[in-house]
Amino acid sequence: MKDYVNPYIPFTATVEEVWNETYGDRCIKTFKVVLDDAAVRESWSHRPGQCAMIGLLGVGESMISISSSPTEKGYLRFSVMRAGKVTSALHQLEAGDKMTVRGPYGNSFPVDDWKGKEILTIGGGIGQAPLRPIVEYVKANLSDYAGLTTIYGARTSGDLCFKQEFAETAKVDGVCCHLSVDIEEEGWPHYVGFVPSLLMEVNPSPENTIAITCGPPIMIRFVLENLKKLNFADEQIYTTLENRMKCGIGKCGRCNAGNLYVCKDGPVFSYAVLKDVPEAFA
Amino acid sequence: MSAMLLNKEKWSEFIGKLSGKNLWAPAVQGEVKKYAPVAEGETVELDEGNTTVPPKALLFPQTETLYRFSTGKEELEFPGLDEEMVLLGVRPCDARAMALVENLFRWDFDDPYYLKRRELTTLIGLACNEPELNCFCPSMGGSPDSTEGLDILMTDLGESYLLETVTEKGKAIVEEMKDLLEEAPADALEQKEQLAKGAREKIRRGVDPDGVPEALPQLWEDPLWQRISAPCLGCGICTYLCPTCYCFDIQDEIEGSAGRRCRMWDSCMFAEYTKHTSGHNPRPTRRERTRNRINHKYSYFVDKFGVIACVGCGRCSTLCPVNIDLIDILRQVKAAQ
Repeated sequence: MKDYVNPYIPFTATVEEVWNETYGDRCIKTFKVVLDDAAVRESWSHRPGQCAMIGLLGVGESMISISSSPTEKGYLRFSVMRAGKVTSALHQLEAGDKMTVRGPYGNSFPVDDWKGKEILTIGGGIGQAPLRPIVEYVKANLSDYAGLTTIYGARTSGDLCFKQEFAETAKVDGVCCHLSVDIEEEGWPHYVGFVPSLLMEVNPSPENTIAITCGPPIMIRFVLENLKKLNFADEQIYTTLENRMKCGIGKCGRCNAGNLYVCKDGPVFSYAVLKDVPEAFA
Repeated sequence: MSAMLLNKEKWSEFIGKLSGKNLWAPAVQGEVKKYAPVAEGETVELDEGNTTVPPKALLFPQTETLYRFSTGKEELEFPGLDEEMVLLGVRPCDARAMALVENLFRWDFDDPYYLKRRELTTLIGLACNEPELNCFCPSMGGSPDSTEGLDILMTDLGESYLLETVTEKGKAIVEEMKDLLEEAPADALEQKEQLAKGAREKIRRGVDPDGVPEALPQLWEDPLWQRISAPCLGCGICTYLCPTCYCFDIQDEIEGSAGRRCRMWDSCMFAEYTKHTSGHNPRPTRRERTRNRINHKYSYFVDKFGVIACVGCGRCSTLCPVNIDLIDILRQVKAAQ
């Protein structure tokens, strides 16, 4: 009888560092984790945009985007909003604690095909987590790309993730960072307004540019509209989707949008594909 | 394909020999007919009609342990998946469903739980001489005497059973039983063909699925989904007892320091199935859920695996408490085209 590899077995990993990105009821924490087994650690390889099932035995697993870039070696980063049972339990973890990791799963951003192009990311709230590996990857390989522009916003400055990193990224030659908050606040030096409006303000040229967006569904809808107004072709626009998942490997059934399984066919899709998928923005 | 004859006088001896092999056969338990283990010394009476619970439940149990764990211990414990099993009296539609579902469990990631059980299981089928009211297997590419997915196909010839060997696994069983069997004479094969022809003629219901996979994407916003789903109670019976439905949930159970991660049947007809943690649900009403169920079977599965994920067993129509009828749905899809 054939000896099967059991794809439901998770790796164990140790939380090396954990910190709050945001505070409040639905706060976001970033976990920097190291896979325990040296052989697993060495053979692990992921591409920007891929996800992993992370969790705790006795609680469950959630599909979370890997927010570190493959250029950041030796560890994985996950930025997790406290929302349900699994993420609340994960939020209790401290440095030294264990979690489980399965993956990497799904497709990835076609970063090789994008060489020579200007990369534009447009994120909102926790939606910056799947965009972070793109930002870090392009930043680390900047000579391969025509440039990098990031647009990122949240409701308030307290709801922005990776603030310190953006301050550092903004200093890099060939990189432009634009931040926004929805509501006016004292001492805020950047844009005030919604992300789709900031996009119009930045007014990027569609020429030789790839735009990648992730954020709340309502933001994605208006960003897509505005990118079309700016004459971006469908093929130049990418997004990542999420849906409820259990297995992460195309079996359990629930994460499909039309005939596409977000866990296997996605999570990365070009708008050229998605615009014809009936449930893509449901 | 070799054909042997088993005289019914030797039936109990045949069952006796099989019952040492972890034999399961249809049995009535209260209001449901389902597969039950056959203890040594017990006999089996195969009658017409299908089980309420499809034999998928034996390869893909309603709840099964993926692995056990205990706190403070790194190693996981896995359930033994090494027990051979013989299923007797499997209807051709249900065997065909197992062959279809295997596509999914082999899709890029092999699912060892399903695939190992499938390898360890021998399916002895029983051709349908008397199809039921809602049977429509020929519409979906099957037939009352289809051998797809089976290891042996039996046909009830009245005084005896005809055993046709389909696979090597089937051959091994026939070999072991050879003292009870005799070479089937030509007229037995002729009788079987007549019975199969008669069975096909007895099937009253049907719908030609031609064009349905192509039509469905065009009918996404059609009012037919509202119409079809209006009486739906969301009970999920159409999916739980569907032999080709395989969707599952994964949950952890813990008691003290020990626990298990298990998977259990889930249903796309339940609201929870797609509900995000945020509370947002991409399929908020039964309209969207019914539309997904039909699209999955007759369009998405076809896109992925080249075959419709329905074998025409008719359980969903028979068991639906509000009489939502699959053939009627497919006819409405064709009419709306």
